[in-house]
Amino acid sequence: MYRTKIFDHVILLFGVFIMVAPVVVAFMTSTHEAADIHRNGLSLTWGGHFVETYTTVLTREGGFTGKITGFNMMLNSMILGLGFAVGKIVLSMMAAYALVYFRFPLATFFFWVIFTTLLLPLEVRILPSYEVMNTLKLTNTYTGLIVPLLASATGTFYFRQFFKSVPDELLEAARIDGAGPFKFFIDVLVPLSRTMMAAIFIIMFVYGWNQYLWPTLMTTDEGFFTLVRGIKQILLVWVGSNIPDYNEAFALAILAMLPPVMIVVIFQRWFIKGLTESDK
Amino acid sequence: MAAITIAEVSKIYHGNVEAVKSVSIDIEDGEFIVLVGPSGCGKSTLLRMVAGLETISKGTVTIGSRVINDVDPAERDIAMVFQNYALYPHMTVYENLAYGLKNRKTPKAEIDARVAEAARMLEIEPYLQRKPRALSGGQRQRVAMGRAIVRKPAAFLFDEPLSNLDAKLRVSMRGEIKRLQKRLGTTSLYVTHDQLEAMTLADRLVVLNGGRIEQIGRPLDVYHRPASTFVASFIGSPAMNLIKGQIDGGSLHVGLYRIELGGRAPVEGPVTVGLRAEDLKLAGVGEDAMMFQVDYVEELGAQRLVHGSIEGQPLTIALSPETPLSGDLAVTIAVDRLHFFSPETGKRLERGTSFASEAPVETHRLETAS
Repeated sequence: MYRTKIFDHVILLFGVFIMVAPVVVAFMTSTHEAADIHRNGLSLTWGGHFVETYTTVLTREGGFTGKITGFNMMLNSMILGLGFAVGKIVLSMMAAYALVYFRFPLATFFFWVIFTTLLLPLEVRILPSYEVMNTLKLTNTYTGLIVPLLASATGTFYFRQFFKSVPDELLEAARIDGAGPFKFFIDVLVPLSRTMMAAIFIIMFVYGWNQYLWPTLMTTDEGFFTLVRGIKQILLVWVGSNIPDYNEAFALAILAMLPPVMIVVIFQRWFIKGLTESDK
Repeated sequence: MAAITIAEVSKIYHGNVEAVKSVSIDIEDGEFIVLVGPSGCGKSTLLRMVAGLETISKGTVTIGSRVINDVDPAERDIAMVFQNYALYPHMTVYENLAYGLKNRKTPKAEIDARVAEAARMLEIEPYLQRKPRALSGGQRQRVAMGRAIVRKPAAFLFDEPLSNLDAKLRVSMRGEIKRLQKRLGTTSLYVTHDQLEAMTLADRLVVLNGGRIEQIGRPLDVYHRPASTFVASFIGSPAMNLIKGQIDGGSLHVGLYRIELGGRAPVEGPVTVGLRAEDLKLAGVGEDAMMFQVDYVEELGAQRLVHGSIEGQPLTIALSPETPLSGDLAVTIAVDRLHFFSPETGKRLERGTSFASEAPVETHRLETAS
């Protein structure tokens, strides 16, 4: 067996340092006052203004219209992240179910059509997508924020591969047991896919949470602002004769990081299981 | 409980591949029928057509009095046991057993009663709350059978249910399936490639080859009167020896040996001769015999299989382990133990019906020129 040596630990610790240090700096800096930060730059020491800054960030109504709080933004991000992840899983599971278990003409062709959409990420099709949403009067709605991002070739592909690895006998046994297509999906496939769903949920939640470009385009109403946008907003709004509220921007960044981190930590075990072994 | 009639059923796949060719079997109520054959002979396809997992290209399948060609598998009143068990991995044993009943809207109390009964019968009561993952292969197989039993179907369909078990477990499960089937009296159709399983389980066995029925019959009938060289070489272990011979003037010639058939020769001309390994005996002193050149010996404990040849034609003989072995053995066989097959079609050639007695074989070494 390979025994880890000191040098291996040095490499690992170096990696940890690179990953964690910026977060620590951001957190520590966020506890200082804006003026301090402006004078002294980033800080590695405790500034002592943790409670004020974070309370302000979460509750003060900011923005041009003054009706969006950090808490609201967090809620918006949560809706976007959850809607995005759940929607993607539901949609791609159903697509994969159709592709794997139903014989219809050109099934393989359709699969490849879905697959080639990997080459068309949102950034490429952003103008037509916006045009469609605008025509449908869905700008400044959660529907408009979430729906255009739901189609997922990656998710469909994962679930297709997974369904293909489910033994055919399971379907046959279910058919003899009197389960129709719907029952088989709900009673057998969905429970079997739990770990897969968890894995995809994490990836998609983080992806949705971190969306910046699409929400920026879709929402002009500040009531729909997400955290990721809010960070930028703070720095923009108070620029002028005032010192930008660096501390609040950092605090918001830290807050924006928390939910994805928590999701990963909570689902980590399932995530690894979903990607490495299947529950068959 | 019901009779099953399979009438001229064919399965034709894309590109005109005929996997099952006009097969007809009448299965009586409560009968245990085993479909046996090598892989690719169409036995599983036939079973799956009865189950409704494959469409029937031609012919009809009747269960009870109902033609079920276009009936959904769930409505056919059958239950199936799969080779890899096909248990739902995320459900407990109890849920696995209950799932089919639940889908049929059986009242909860009755489900409980039936599951309990099946669990008692199969001795899986302690595992009812476990997941299949936590069970051994044999226990999983029991659960799979339990899933069939709770439904109280008209027929059980078994698709090589014991192939995934180790040899010892297979033997005990075999016995259990037989006992269970006798006790429940449910018509059963069982697919296997293992001739021993087929012999021990079947009321009647159906030997399939290349999508056709080679022979249907009770195990011993098939063993003692194989209908073709295929059946002869497939049923029985070791396989029946098949050697080339020639019948001239009422006696059989194998190489330089001549065996008098006592006026009961089936045909004149070349034949394929079948000899069971256990029918070949060591010749006593003074008996006419054929010389058997020993090649190698397989020791099985209860018997020993001696491989070798007579007149250059390979042969296997089953002897008791006490028999002393030398390089060459003088062997003999009773005439009525010989099987004859047509060398062209492989079909069995019946001899004259006037069997007298177990006349000792008369073998003569022909005088050779040199």
